[in-house]
Amino acid sequence: MFKYFPHTEADLQHMKRVLGITNTEDMFQVIPQAVRHNQDYLIPSALPESDLRRHMEELGKMNAQKIIFSGLGAYDHYEPSVINAIISRQEFLTSYTPYQPEISQGTLTYIFEYQSMITSLTGMEVSNASMYDGPTATAEAMFMAEAITRRNILLMSSTVNPNIQRVVQTYAKYKGLSIEIVDQKDGVINLESLKSKLNDTIAGVIVQNPNFFGIIEDYNGFSDAIHANGSIFIINSDISTLGVLKTPGSYNADIAVGDCQSLGMPVAFGGPYLGYLATKKSHVRKMPGRICGQSFDRNGKRSFVLTLQAREQHIRREKANSNICSNQSLLALYATVYLSLLGPKGLREVNELSYQGAHYLYDELLKTGKFTPVYDKPFLKEFILHTHLNVNLIAKILSDHGIFGGVNLEYYNPEFQNVLNFCVTEKRNKIEIDRLVSLLGGLS
Amino acid sequence: MSKVMDGIFYAESHEWVKREGQIGIIGITDFAQSQLGSVVFVDLPEVGSKVVKGKEFGAVESVKAASDLISPISGKVVAINDELIGEPENINKDAFDSWLIKVEITDANEFSSLLDATAYRKISQ
Amino acid sequence: MKNYDHLIFELSVPNRKGYSLSKAFAPKYSLSDLPSSLLRDNQPMLPEVSELDVLRHYTNISHKNFGVETGFYPLGSCTMKYNPKINEEIAAMKAFNSIHPMQSASDTQGILKIYYELQSMLSDISGLAAYTLNPFAGAQGELTGLMIMKEYHLQRGDFHRTKVIVPDSAHGTNPASATICGFDIIEIASTPEGTVNLELLKAALSDEVAGMMLTNPNTLGIFEKDICEISRLVHEAGGLMYYDGANLNALLGKARPGDMGFDIMHINLHKTFSTPHGGGGPGSGPVGVKDFLIPYLPNPQVKFIDNHYFFDWNKDSIGSVSGFYGNFKVWLRAYVYIMTLGKEELGKVGEISTLNANYVRVQLEDEFNLPIKGFSMHECVFDGLKDTSTGVTTLDVAKRLLDYGVHAPTIYFPLLFHQSIMIEPTETESMQTLDEFVTVMKKVANEAKTDPLMMKLAPHTTPISRIDEVYAAKKMILTYQDYLRENQ
Repeated sequence: MFKYFPHTEADLQHMKRVLGITNTEDMFQVIPQAVRHNQDYLIPSALPESDLRRHMEELGKMNAQKIIFSGLGAYDHYEPSVINAIISRQEFLTSYTPYQPEISQGTLTYIFEYQSMITSLTGMEVSNASMYDGPTATAEAMFMAEAITRRNILLMSSTVNPNIQRVVQTYAKYKGLSIEIVDQKDGVINLESLKSKLNDTIAGVIVQNPNFFGIIEDYNGFSDAIHANGSIFIINSDISTLGVLKTPGSYNADIAVGDCQSLGMPVAFGGPYLGYLATKKSHVRKMPGRICGQSFDRNGKRSFVLTLQAREQHIRREKANSNICSNQSLLALYATVYLSLLGPKGLREVNELSYQGAHYLYDELLKTGKFTPVYDKPFLKEFILHTHLNVNLIAKILSDHGIFGGVNLEYYNPEFQNVLNFCVTEKRNKIEIDRLVSLLGGLS
Repeated sequence: MSKVMDGIFYAESHEWVKREGQIGIIGITDFAQSQLGSVVFVDLPEVGSKVVKGKEFGAVESVKAASDLISPISGKVVAINDELIGEPENINKDAFDSWLIKVEITDANEFSSLLDATAYRKISQ
Repeated sequence: MKNYDHLIFELSVPNRKGYSLSKAFAPKYSLSDLPSSLLRDNQPMLPEVSELDVLRHYTNISHKNFGVETGFYPLGSCTMKYNPKINEEIAAMKAFNSIHPMQSASDTQGILKIYYELQSMLSDISGLAAYTLNPFAGAQGELTGLMIMKEYHLQRGDFHRTKVIVPDSAHGTNPASATICGFDIIEIASTPEGTVNLELLKAALSDEVAGMMLTNPNTLGIFEKDICEISRLVHEAGGLMYYDGANLNALLGKARPGDMGFDIMHINLHKTFSTPHGGGGPGSGPVGVKDFLIPYLPNPQVKFIDNHYFFDWNKDSIGSVSGFYGNFKVWLRAYVYIMTLGKEELGKVGEISTLNANYVRVQLEDEFNLPIKGFSMHECVFDGLKDTSTGVTTLDVAKRLLDYGVHAPTIYFPLLFHQSIMIEPTETESMQTLDEFVTVMKKVANEAKTDPLMMKLAPHTTPISRIDEVYAAKKMILTYQDYLRENQ
């Protein structure tokens, strides 16, 4: 037998006797012969554990681990070791969605804590239990705007990361919604341009802060214009930065969405990450995903339970506003533990150190004379610079020296020729930054 | 066995409507509330909006189910039962006392296609 | 510590800390240089606790959870099989965790090779031509698959196919995904045997039908014996066949959806391929297609040319459904699982899981209603207790099972029966575990007759007893902030 199948030959014989069959094939007679698969799969033979480990180590070596100096939706922040110890516990790792609250208070408790932290960070009133990632959370916010306003055009700022824009566009296309892009001016969304596009067909407006260029946008005056038009205001933010930046709630946004990867989650080639979605209580019934609420058990003990489930697909079926079922619960635990360890001061310190490092690098790169600013706007940990150097040469030199950074934005949009993205988190020290500067400064 | 009230009209989608002159008073039946279980939320239209016979005008929600409200007649909403917003459980206590909306009837002929108490008893047992 | 009931916020003490960060090296820069209008004017409500506080809190609340390693978890439709530890070890390797998603193809050949090989293996296992691993979960796989279906019709200039057929036994995600994809739903009623009603299907088919979504074996654990005819009818009407892979476990080693006429499908890697459910996620929902649909797969797609793996962006694609490439570390675990089982063992999964389900089924027929007789596949569905004279319901049975250290089966689904109990034992459970489960189920059935009041109040030994769900829905205390306001 095999280590994952506990049946002995004697067990199998006994089980067949109980079923009154001599051959397990008797159970499969219902499958038409024409579609039976009677040959081995074209996959390798079973690998014993030590061979498998060696095989995976070989595959691991085929990836280049580098010092990370770019962001673009995935940020290399510090990962406290406590978190993995907690999320590896089988009680959290292997359990299903907490549909039986009597034996799921562990999961339900952390979801409640997660929702509390997300609402506080975003300045909103209610959060769900998690979405897949920031881009899909943004697409779901778009569906909410449609459901609330019964309108079908969304405005999206051109300063939103193209990775987010692409997902939103895909979701919109098949639902029969359309997206109009609002121009930027000096690297930020242009309020006048936005106002000129607002009319009674506009369901909502999607912006990102900090935006694709790393710039901190200012939404003063936005909600008045958007709400006067009966539209929904959606702000996508990197959750970590909301430890210090003005919140979507303070900007009077209706829906706050974004990624939680920046809460110390490994960059891990794009996933699993975690999307968040928070809104006002008045919109809670249009909100996708699971929601945990507090109640009491029969003995009056404070307890937690999934609530408002009548919104969801397993009850509402084709009338549900969203089809989400599995979410990213374990990552919500990750985020909750991270935020518990860091607390308000630690989160501020992470942002402060990232800010300092990023601004140090920015100034040092300008000093080399090989880079010039693209926009003169405030940023936090991520920024762009223009260079007259050969970008392919830069990529090669950095790569040869074990650095990943200076991603050329031309990859996303041909307009951004020779515009490079840099990002500095609190994990980058002065030696690493000085080395990056001297490598780039030495080029010609 | 759920309660059916005589002298009012019923839709197959389990709403009742009581006629008072030009006004139709609409609610959900005792059978409907018993199927839903504890009602926790009622979503009602705004006063002044129009409802159309056979079309949804709101929803009632319990812990484990949600049901669209289908209007048994067409008309303009002249009143909604505000009390239900705060105390939706009143529907479970007495579904016939807990009206949802009052509408100004546009077409009195629509009543002829509704069920009477005897006919509704047959489909709600 | 059964009575531990704190929230992390309640442990907070001002100025306590649970982190250590590097020293500032460029203090001349400061966040306070930013215009104050861009900064938040209050401190977020986060706890201030020590490392040990955090560890104790989460360890204590973890004890109130039931996992696959706690005990038998026969949750129907969810395939709660053992989640191997080697998968976790590999997923924790730095060589995978430290790679940024925007790194170049030459930096990521190992990961791209895993992507490419896994999609090839899934293609062979399911009888399809190619896969994307980008969808994050089964539901998103459905949505992605339906987008591909829609795009196929649109690019052929066939603009009127606006409807999707879904049997009434389907998972709720099927009709929900079809709506999100902009389709109208035609729901068709099942036969008394729980399978697709061919007459109703024929009546529903027209040149407005884009395709049909089907789970096979279906949510009753029954194989659709007419599957070839169903596919033929749908194809004849110009529609495509979509396979919901939720129940794929039953077919491993026995049959392949592609051979049954399915054109598009998703696989729930967190079910069939052993990746842990994580209290609700992350999952992974790769989507496979027949070769004529490959151009429509979501972007980016992994290609292999001249001994080099790379991401390719196809202009005919439906677009992107994920910020990057899906839940990488979930599909990484699935790859490890397949490599562990190999062709020898993977082919036995369907057989053993089906044997387990039937072994349970035949032993419970005396106490529980079995609406559909005969062999089931990997799961079996009962319609409540046979003896309902005391008023004990399926909910009560499920709750009482918790007292015996067994996770409840899926209840009240499928919706075709009023008292559904859906049991899926999976291949990783031993005969002895199943014997114990059968004993417990019979005991509970007996208790329903002898002590209905005790059953109504069950469970009695769990960290909490039955919870007031009406209070939760009406009060909507959804955050600690709400809780503090309520208890002022």
